[in-house]
Amino acid sequence: MRKQIVILGGGTGGTMVANRLRRQLDADYADIHVVDRDDRHVYQPGLLFVPFGLATIDEIVRPRRRQLHAGIEFHEDEVEAVSVERQDVRLTSGGLLPYDVLVVSSGARLQPEETEGLTGPGWNERAFTFYTAPGADALRRQLEQFEGGRLVINLIDMPIKCPVAPLEFAFLADWHFRERGIREQVEIAYVTPLDGAFTKPVASARLGSLLAEKDIELITEFNAGEVDAVGGILRSYDDRQVDFDLLVTVPLHGGAAFVEQSDALGDALGFIPTNKQTLQHITAPNVFALGDATDLPISKAGSVTHFEAEVLAENVVRHLGGEPLVPGYDGHANCFIETGFHKALLIDFNYETEPLPGRFPTAAGPLPLLRESRLNHLGKLFFQWIYWHALLPGRDIPVIGPTMPAAGKRHASSVA
Amino acid sequence: MTTLMTDVTRDAEGFLADATQWDEELALAIARENGIDELTPRHWLVVRFMRERFLETGTAPTIRSLGKESGVPVKELYQLFPKGPAKLAAKIGGIPKPRGCI
Repeated sequence: MRKQIVILGGGTGGTMVANRLRRQLDADYADIHVVDRDDRHVYQPGLLFVPFGLATIDEIVRPRRRQLHAGIEFHEDEVEAVSVERQDVRLTSGGLLPYDVLVVSSGARLQPEETEGLTGPGWNERAFTFYTAPGADALRRQLEQFEGGRLVINLIDMPIKCPVAPLEFAFLADWHFRERGIREQVEIAYVTPLDGAFTKPVASARLGSLLAEKDIELITEFNAGEVDAVGGILRSYDDRQVDFDLLVTVPLHGGAAFVEQSDALGDALGFIPTNKQTLQHITAPNVFALGDATDLPISKAGSVTHFEAEVLAENVVRHLGGEPLVPGYDGHANCFIETGFHKALLIDFNYETEPLPGRFPTAAGPLPLLRESRLNHLGKLFFQWIYWHALLPGRDIPVIGPTMPAAGKRHASSVA
Repeated sequence: MTTLMTDVTRDAEGFLADATQWDEELALAIARENGIDELTPRHWLVVRFMRERFLETGTAPTIRSLGKESGVPVKELYQLFPKGPAKLAAKIGGIPKPRGCI
């Protein structure tokens, strides 16, 4: 009997894992199934640019099917529930997929309805999110007409996908209004539940001063509990109030709905309890998870998913062969942070090491860390090509691997 | 500060260095120091939940999972522990400051 590998989610993680496994495992040894409810693979980092007319939805969406290598079976279907006990996946169409190994790569789900009033009157008129394709497009139309007033950028609570994205949005908004010559008529405020611009001290200080330089007000420790989009009021649980004319928020995130419908699969928020180093499920040895779907204490970001995919694919092969798993993932993450004016910052970090200044080695030469540069902006733009043509097919990128390079980073003692 | 408080080691922000040094009397002392004069059964429910979860898993729950799992809704958590419910309940429960992840 051929082994059955079932991968839930055909996004960044699922596609990379499926392609890597297909290359490593003979077709007569294992069948690989990928399940997703639609055939639209969104290059999610591109959503940030859509509201400013710097990218269109068409440019960032491709068919999921086409990113999968030959010999991978794609099921366009919704997952109803997983039975960890029976080791099968029930699909909404009535289908049943038994598995030897299950990979959960179903990402995170936005839950705007969990914040009181957010999806009520004024949603997508005065209160928006750019975290979905329709939301980003609706916001683009609104921004075009926006002639002045108070723009509030907010994240409701962690964890969110790409924790730097709302900051990037603030930087790009500042640039956008300057280009249009109406920056004087626009107040921009960044409202966060964190105690600074970002989570980790060195990057938080650097990003905080960038906000100040760009005349963006920073409001911290604000836990938004309620939105009145018609009256233009964001209210915190401790009854503080922030007024807005235009709200751009990042809603609460949870795991995929089927996780909550499945026993012994996820935690209270629907994320998968995952081993930090091996990416194996904490209690179910033949279940693995990666990307936004996990409960790991690291960014929900494509780069994380990419580094995890390498380790996860290796461990699935080992698990099937009865070999011990490799504790190969160290929490490595990196991201470009767009700061407007054709510039960007780069941060690189892992479970133990916070983002630090210095230089990041790449095959094309070093990139500056935690410092604005044109090179980083070009890196960010070029990355979309790398994504479709190297990452998703599951090719290794020279020099950049699952463990963080320590070389080039300046530690606190040497940071001015 | 009570004598009790001088017997334990705490970090700069007032979190207990060693969770095993905790007891209910100490919890009350820390609560008072932070402007909560009395710990009601609802306070205790949250503090105990936080503590058990930490001892079980090694990490303290966030406000959201507290709201979903402790049986006390987020809005009420803010009434019980003004400003930062997760932080304050962790402090009173004698466990380390919840670590924000990136």
